[in-house]
Amino acid sequence: MRKALVIYLMSGSGTPELAEAAVAGGANLVELGFPFSDPLADGPVIRRAAERALAEGMRTRACLECLVQTRERVDVPLVPMTYAALLEAYGYERFAADAHAAGATSLIVADLPAGERPDLRRIHLVAPTSTDERIELAAGLTDGWLYLVTVAGTTGARAELSPALAPLVERARRLTSVPLYAGFGISTSEQAAAAAAFADGVIVGSAALLAAEDGPGALERFVARLRAALDS
Amino acid sequence: MSEGANGFYGAYGGRFVPETLVPALDELERSWRSALDDPSFASNLDELGSTYAGRPTPLTLAERFAPGIRIYLKREDLLHTGAHKLNNALGQALLAQRLGKRRIVAETGAGQHGVATATVCARFGLECVVYMGSEDMRRQRPNVERMHLLGAEVRPVEFGTRTLKEATSEAIRDWVSNVETTHYLIGSCVGPHPYPEIVRELQAVIGREARAQILEAESRLPEAVVACVGGGSNAIGVFAGFLVDSEVRLVGVEAEGAASLSSGRSGVLHGARSSLLADEDGQILDAHSISAGLDYPGVGPEHAFLRDTGRAEYVTASDDEALAAVAQLARTEGILPALEPAHALARAAGLDAELVLVCLSGRGDKDLAEVLAHR
Repeated sequence: MRKALVIYLMSGSGTPELAEAAVAGGANLVELGFPFSDPLADGPVIRRAAERALAEGMRTRACLECLVQTRERVDVPLVPMTYAALLEAYGYERFAADAHAAGATSLIVADLPAGERPDLRRIHLVAPTSTDERIELAAGLTDGWLYLVTVAGTTGARAELSPALAPLVERARRLTSVPLYAGFGISTSEQAAAAAAFADGVIVGSAALLAAEDGPGALERFVARLRAALDS
Repeated sequence: MSEGANGFYGAYGGRFVPETLVPALDELERSWRSALDDPSFASNLDELGSTYAGRPTPLTLAERFAPGIRIYLKREDLLHTGAHKLNNALGQALLAQRLGKRRIVAETGAGQHGVATATVCARFGLECVVYMGSEDMRRQRPNVERMHLLGAEVRPVEFGTRTLKEATSEAIRDWVSNVETTHYLIGSCVGPHPYPEIVRELQAVIGREARAQILEAESRLPEAVVACVGGGSNAIGVFAGFLVDSEVRLVGVEAEGAASLSSGRSGVLHGARSSLLADEDGQILDAHSISAGLDYPGVGPEHAFLRDTGRAEYVTASDDEALAAVAQLARTEGILPALEPAHALARAAGLDAELVLVCLSGRGDKDLAEVLAHR
């Protein structure tokens, strides 16, 4: 089966065009960051992107509008990724409903672990530190696929693919049959291919944001290289 | 006890953290419960309190500070390292040992918690990394130097406001990245469950002692108990001694530009729901205070709960009022308070109460440069 390639982009005025480029390069799913002022799970690249987006006025409503515009350009699943603070302020049910209406396929909330707000349908994350019980809980609740955090740490490039990924995939396979996508610390084609040897898909965030700084063409070429590495 | 299920105080508290930390918080909670059930934990802590930290701290009647009424100062400024922060740091260092963790990370604003953490790490031979905003490093230079002398590594935080909020975020990110080896020694009654409860219980010694001491001195309870509130740990500690005494008013004093209880809204920051300085989209706003220890847009969830239930009341004091209170206490009592408790002092005399207890949470040596610059 073809491996899934998930690209993370931060919401902003250029994002619909960037999303189109990512899909043209071979992305199967696009995560759209809704920026938060104090993102605990994020490393420096996504943090800086969030700061810039907030300075541009990318508040919740503007992000939802960005989602609508992105949906007009691409037909792959679109998944907002954000923090609980935004949902607390906007209302959890209202956020889910409005995001869906704007074209979102699901939702990721980085600081709302499995077990909290079970009514909110979303993609759950598990980490190398997660117990088997928590992996089972997250897999049972997750919306379609499970987000495997490859490292104990924040988002951002690492020199090597985390050695924690293989044992995490192995544990998760024993506990669930949902697709497993690996993210955090995957920035290069080599790392993507290595991660895809275990996982059903890979998620690239910080490195995609850096590529996107040089425009849609650069992002499309970057994504195409990842796609080629996954398909080879 | 106002503690609800899953670490909620009414609507406040909880655990809004990345999944990576959930198992560590579960482990911390188990270790904390087992420590509470283990008489040796309490006796170790008591012994450290008396032989190392200087407990019990005295209660001082400040007659010349407030003529005509009786204001008692609970002298946490006389605790080793100069502030109440050591109570919590000692207890959490014992917890870290039970958890088998040899590396400690902490955040600090005024530097008092950083110094307390560096101190206990030196005392127990633990590796210590303290995150501090570069703006706070500038205005609390002596505490940075103290931490260095104590063997801690102080990592400057250059993001955002370069103050306590960013330092806390960086400490949590460090913890996420090193959670297998590291204990996060949080400095206030904030953060994800079970931290607010742990810090409250470790600071409750202030209220226990103060209640017995004022009964001894006056044969009655105070009409009001006053403490400054940033994250709120000295306040929750002293309030804890009087929560059941419904006739005792509990008064928290926030910095005017960091009044997360007096002018905040419900939101999520640093792993918990509480009352915060935030905009209508949930984005956190900047706090502003001359006092680095109060310069924080959040507050412990239990304070938000005590506000909503009406058990405690929260007021504010300005930078200028705090500076005036520093000078007044220095000249009338020969006590140089830190800028943080100076906010509590600034409100203590105007409460329409004859007998008042103020938690003097720390001493003012660290603030000399800042106070002199504003003269």
